[in-house]
Amino acid sequence: MKHPLRVVVAKPGLDGHDRGAKIIARAFRDAGMEVIYTGIFQTAEMITRTVLEEDADVLGLSILSGAHLHFADEICRALREQAAKEVLIVMGGILPPPDIPKLKAFGVAEVFGPGTPTSKIVDYVRNWHAAR
Amino acid sequence: MTDVGTLLAGARQGRIAYIARLLSIIENEEPEAADIIRLTYAQTGRAIVVGFTGPPGSGKSTLVSAITALYRRTAARVAVVAVDPSSPYTGGAILGDRIRMRERYLDTGVFIRSMANRGTSGGLARATRRVVGILDALGFDVVLVETVGVGQQEIDVSRVVDTVCLLTIPGAGDDIQAIKAGIMEIADVLVVNKADRPGADETARDLIQMLTLGSPRLAWRTPVVKTSAEDGTGIEELIAAIDKHRAWAEESGEARRRNADAMRHDIQALLQERVLQDLATRVGKQKLDDVVLRVVDKTLDPYGAVDALLRD
Repeated sequence: MKHPLRVVVAKPGLDGHDRGAKIIARAFRDAGMEVIYTGIFQTAEMITRTVLEEDADVLGLSILSGAHLHFADEICRALREQAAKEVLIVMGGILPPPDIPKLKAFGVAEVFGPGTPTSKIVDYVRNWHAAR
Repeated sequence: MTDVGTLLAGARQGRIAYIARLLSIIENEEPEAADIIRLTYAQTGRAIVVGFTGPPGSGKSTLVSAITALYRRTAARVAVVAVDPSSPYTGGAILGDRIRMRERYLDTGVFIRSMANRGTSGGLARATRRVVGILDALGFDVVLVETVGVGQQEIDVSRVVDTVCLLTIPGAGDDIQAIKAGIMEIADVLVVNKADRPGADETARDLIQMLTLGSPRLAWRTPVVKTSAEDGTGIEELIAAIDKHRAWAEESGEARRRNADAMRHDIQALLQERVLQDLATRVGKQKLDDVVLRVVDKTLDPYGAVDALLRD
């Protein structure tokens, strides 16, 4: 059964710059997905609850503040414990290359740095969905 | 995939992910949907179900968030179902109502679910009625339903909730707008939201005057409540007005009549769907193609085509 994918786009932490998050939300929408946008200044707990309540298939995290390791660890762990299904977690923003293996170890499936074309991110999510 | 029995048991104990999964199965009309309805339908009808509708930007989400906080003083669990439109071109959607409800995010007594309308034009999604039913059956004391931003005749919400609150804002249209047919007729409570803005008293007055113009369809006298989700004005009065309507509807038999009307509508829609499917299967693509060709060639007219198809 292929229903529209449900994607939560979230901005954890204290950086209030959400243009990138809105651009990616819009790209997912234009790709036929249902996008739940949480707004800025979200805690890990808020984001986890949103993903659970909305039964999201995908979580896109946008972080510019440098707190990516903390948030990725907490959110990935909470979702592993509480979700009823597999949730694809992708991340974008300012993410130093040495941290990427750590993010992936926490459970982030893929990381997209500045300048990534939105089509690449959309294709990544689509391919993941098609393979399931 | 977790089976329906496990999901239901977990959901009844309040496990968020399981409640959410049940709602998705209903929303996507997955094969297990009918089982879930069968197993929960008898437990519906206990929650207070209130709808909020009105034009885009009238402050529905913010008001729902404020009223949720107040309901939570007395209700153990409150659910919010918020509907936003799907793109007619791609089917995608931005579901943004949650942003206005962020103060409720961490309240474990509140469950918020966003729905895309997936092409349904009546102000709700096709599955909203059943989603509300599941939440009711799972023991939520209050279920608040927020429609998409509506125009003049999206009235599906009146077939899903017990009490419809119709929002308007100061200065939105003159007194002629207020006597038009359509959405104004489904309001059980009229709300002048953003009442901290200038013109609220005039708008409320116009609405009250409109209500006294003709003979009402029901004995219920629709109240006009001024609210401001911004500073909290009028929220208690709004809940009081909703309670009063609910009590009146119970006592007068209107609640039962309205529910029967909604059920008739629902069953007829399901019946039509089933009959159409059956018919399509029986007629088959080949026969339909043949008849279409004859109509295109003008050897048969469209009415005759239908007669021919139903005769076989």
